[in-house]
Amino acid sequence: MPNYYQPEIETMPYEQLRELQNEKLLKQVRHVWDNVPYYRAKMEAKGVTPEDIQSIDDLHKLPFLSKADLRDAYPYGLLAKPLGDCVRIQSTSGTTGKRVVAFYTQHDIDLWEDCCARAIVAAGGTNEDVVHVSYGYGLFTGGPGLNGGSHKVGCLTLPMSSGNTDRQLQFMTDLGSTILCCTPSYAQYLAESIYEKGIRDQIKLKAGIFGAEAWSEDMRQDIQNKLGIKAYDIYGLTETSGPGVAFECCEQTGMHINEDHFIAEIIDPDTEEVLPLGSKGELVFTAIDKEAFPLLRYRTRDICVLSREKCSCGRTHVKMSKPMGRSDDMLIIRGVNVFPSQIETVLMQQGYPANYQIIVDRVNNTDTFEIMVEMMPAMFSDSLAKINEAEKALVAALKAMLGISAKVRLVAPKSITRSEGKAVRVIDKRKLY
Amino acid sequence: MNILQISVFLENRAGQLAEITKLLADEGVDIRALSIAETADYGLARMIVSDAGKASSVLLHHGDILSMTPVYAVEVPDQPGGLAELLKLLADNNIDVEYMYSLFFHEKGKACMVLRISNEPLFLSVLGTNRVRIVGMEELGLK
Repeated sequence: MPNYYQPEIETMPYEQLRELQNEKLLKQVRHVWDNVPYYRAKMEAKGVTPEDIQSIDDLHKLPFLSKADLRDAYPYGLLAKPLGDCVRIQSTSGTTGKRVVAFYTQHDIDLWEDCCARAIVAAGGTNEDVVHVSYGYGLFTGGPGLNGGSHKVGCLTLPMSSGNTDRQLQFMTDLGSTILCCTPSYAQYLAESIYEKGIRDQIKLKAGIFGAEAWSEDMRQDIQNKLGIKAYDIYGLTETSGPGVAFECCEQTGMHINEDHFIAEIIDPDTEEVLPLGSKGELVFTAIDKEAFPLLRYRTRDICVLSREKCSCGRTHVKMSKPMGRSDDMLIIRGVNVFPSQIETVLMQQGYPANYQIIVDRVNNTDTFEIMVEMMPAMFSDSLAKINEAEKALVAALKAMLGISAKVRLVAPKSITRSEGKAVRVIDKRKLY
Repeated sequence: MNILQISVFLENRAGQLAEITKLLADEGVDIRALSIAETADYGLARMIVSDAGKASSVLLHHGDILSMTPVYAVEVPDQPGGLAELLKLLADNNIDVEYMYSLFFHEKGKACMVLRISNEPLFLSVLGTNRVRIVGMEELGLK
């Protein structure tokens, strides 16, 4: 029996949904034109005015926004509301160290939390449930998003945040957590710990909502089998609010995009042309309901496929496949966005050559993150302590830039392979897609 | 008064040291002292060689990373307690030894230690007052 948080919206007939989108889009374009000079300039450069956008069919006329725009406009350039109307920021890492800062009015927080509430209800959540949120809290959107959604559903919410597995398991057993929200790799880690400790019979979990990083169907089966729960995927990005932009229903064959708030398009990442429904390409979002940070045609860089096939759950909103890759070089390591260019920036600042290699793997369900850096004369010394000091300074600078710890491995100069002039910067041994 | 030490960065892989010693052998450079320090990920070879100039140019040409450091070769009696006495003297004067290793010395009854210390002026004056002999490049036949 499918459950809905906002049934009238979630099962709205397609024609009616499209009308709603048209109406919101027109209003939103006008709002952005009037309040965001940065985007208005982009529209003017393309010779587009709000009058040119009469319906979703005209969406393709609007210019795209990318991570680079967020960096250029940092921090207030894309803000569409006075700061006095904003109540929150969330943040994620950007391509070259400048973080992406997203602003929210109370309305924006509400719609974000509604999206998360829909995901929780779709996973079988009711006010009788105990929602165990092991996403990080803070600038990262994972914790606050699911936390807010859980409140909306009326669940007892455990704001566990990430880490400290023993405490996680203790609360899970003592307080009877029924729905777990965290990254899939942490879910797998918890599942393993539960299995090893032989405490499965003390755990009341029935479902999990896992996102913020790519995970394969195999991984889903593994978590479901180990924990005996249903594992649901959830998708989102800080730029569009956070988790909950799309979520899985009981059918588990893709994530329903909350189309009353976001219009999705699939484009060819090279030609930027809009592709027909069912094509594989880059996902682009237009936020039609957000007030403070309303990104129009934001390029997610995630590659996926959209489908409007009738879903047995009764929801009418379009479904997106699990992301199948990226159209840029962004890595998601332990749920954190990492761009090789950020690492390059740190190396240059610290005086190291920009020839490096990143090796990412998943060992015992945790991402390992190693950066091979070529030793250079200025860093070298006859004293191990001095080399060690320089290495530690580099590790600290990387942590400050990336937000997660990397292991640095110093290697001999010119030992990192340069193949035909183009170096292989990233070796990702995880099987994510 | 001091002698020149060459330190070479060693990547953690088999055959690195073999390569370096072969290069020096081909140039007719004699390794008079060698000490290796290692971490889990990389190592460091400190050497006193017969011709530091020649050694450094061949290693640099090979693409190695080097550092040249002035260190001291100190003569100690080749007998039980010979080193202990020197170290006690340094300890009593609060002189830290950063690292130390031994050097081949062909004079009977005498041994030679290579030392790297932080407070050089104090070190030199303490050794001078106590008549501990520092051996120079020439005496060791080093260029």
